[in-house]
Amino acid sequence: MSTPIDYLLHLADNAVVLGQRNAEWCGHGPILEEDLALANVSLDLIGQARLLYQRVAELQGGDATEDKLAYFRDAHEFRNYTLLELPHHGPLVGYAAADRDYATTIVRNFLYSALMVLVWDGLQNSSDAGLAAIAAKSIKEASYHLHHARDWLVRMGDGTDESHARVQAAVNHLMPYTEEFWTISPAEGAAVAAHVAVDVWALRPAWDALVNDALAEATLSRPNFHGYVTEGKVGLHSEHLGFLLAEMQSLARAHPDGRW
Amino acid sequence: MTTPALKEWPLWEVFVRSKQGLEHKHCGSLHAADAAQALHMARDVYTRRQEGVSIWVVPSASITASNPDDKGELFDPAADKIYRHPTFYEIPEEVGHM
Repeated sequence: MSTPIDYLLHLADNAVVLGQRNAEWCGHGPILEEDLALANVSLDLIGQARLLYQRVAELQGGDATEDKLAYFRDAHEFRNYTLLELPHHGPLVGYAAADRDYATTIVRNFLYSALMVLVWDGLQNSSDAGLAAIAAKSIKEASYHLHHARDWLVRMGDGTDESHARVQAAVNHLMPYTEEFWTISPAEGAAVAAHVAVDVWALRPAWDALVNDALAEATLSRPNFHGYVTEGKVGLHSEHLGFLLAEMQSLARAHPDGRW
Repeated sequence: MTTPALKEWPLWEVFVRSKQGLEHKHCGSLHAADAAQALHMARDVYTRRQEGVSIWVVPSASITASNPDDKGELFDPAADKIYRHPTFYEIPEEVGHM
């Protein structure tokens, strides 16, 4: 039985894109201690992506490598959730710049890690032994990421009037993007059928409970959703991913096969 | 919102016990809003290279320190009391490391 490669790429691209996005805070964190904490989260995510890309390269064979997968694919070939490529600020037109907003960073990390603790937990029983091993390592990291993000979510939500307003705005902005978690892509469907992946739909009640519990403790409200569901995981991305990849990939493309 | 917002976060002293070590050792300090956050931050700042298996954090304000100016009267009188070191005893081999 062959592991559906698109599903592994979906997991890997999620990790590398959020890892790269969060790395933008490196050297710019709100305080030194948080700067280090967020860099740790990024390094965990990039480590997960490396293991997953290595597994894909192994399955593809030939001259496939983790670096080729990360650095020499273009935006439409990436399979990450749109949520993870968005900049660290509220909705603006694609080319607009704005100050990074830590509330946006924290809310996104919270929503994603709340999903991933459940996904990695299920993937420990994947029929793909390589993926099961990656899941067993990654669940500890995701648990810490959730702990970290949830802690700040509650502190900011149940904090000052300004911190409350900013974190609520981030929740309102980002929550609609989580609808993408629950629409099953062809790659996910195939992986579930092969017992490689977990059925995310079955995880939804547990995710809702994690999210609602944290929002309540943070005195935040959950916005109602009705509207467009993003489709990053099938390769249809926002305008932001191209800029992110340009920064991430330019060095490897300027110096192919460079070693340092 | 019962607790007032802090303008400055208090300082915490961090103690880490390594895998081999029996006791927690002081390894530095950091700023955090409260004890739970200080523990989190200590993990991220001081145990990134597998330094530890256990962390303590203590509010720096809770530590009463000796005055460096008193160093002479506090510590110098012990300098010539070599007989306080138990080096004049033969330790039987069966006792092993003490």
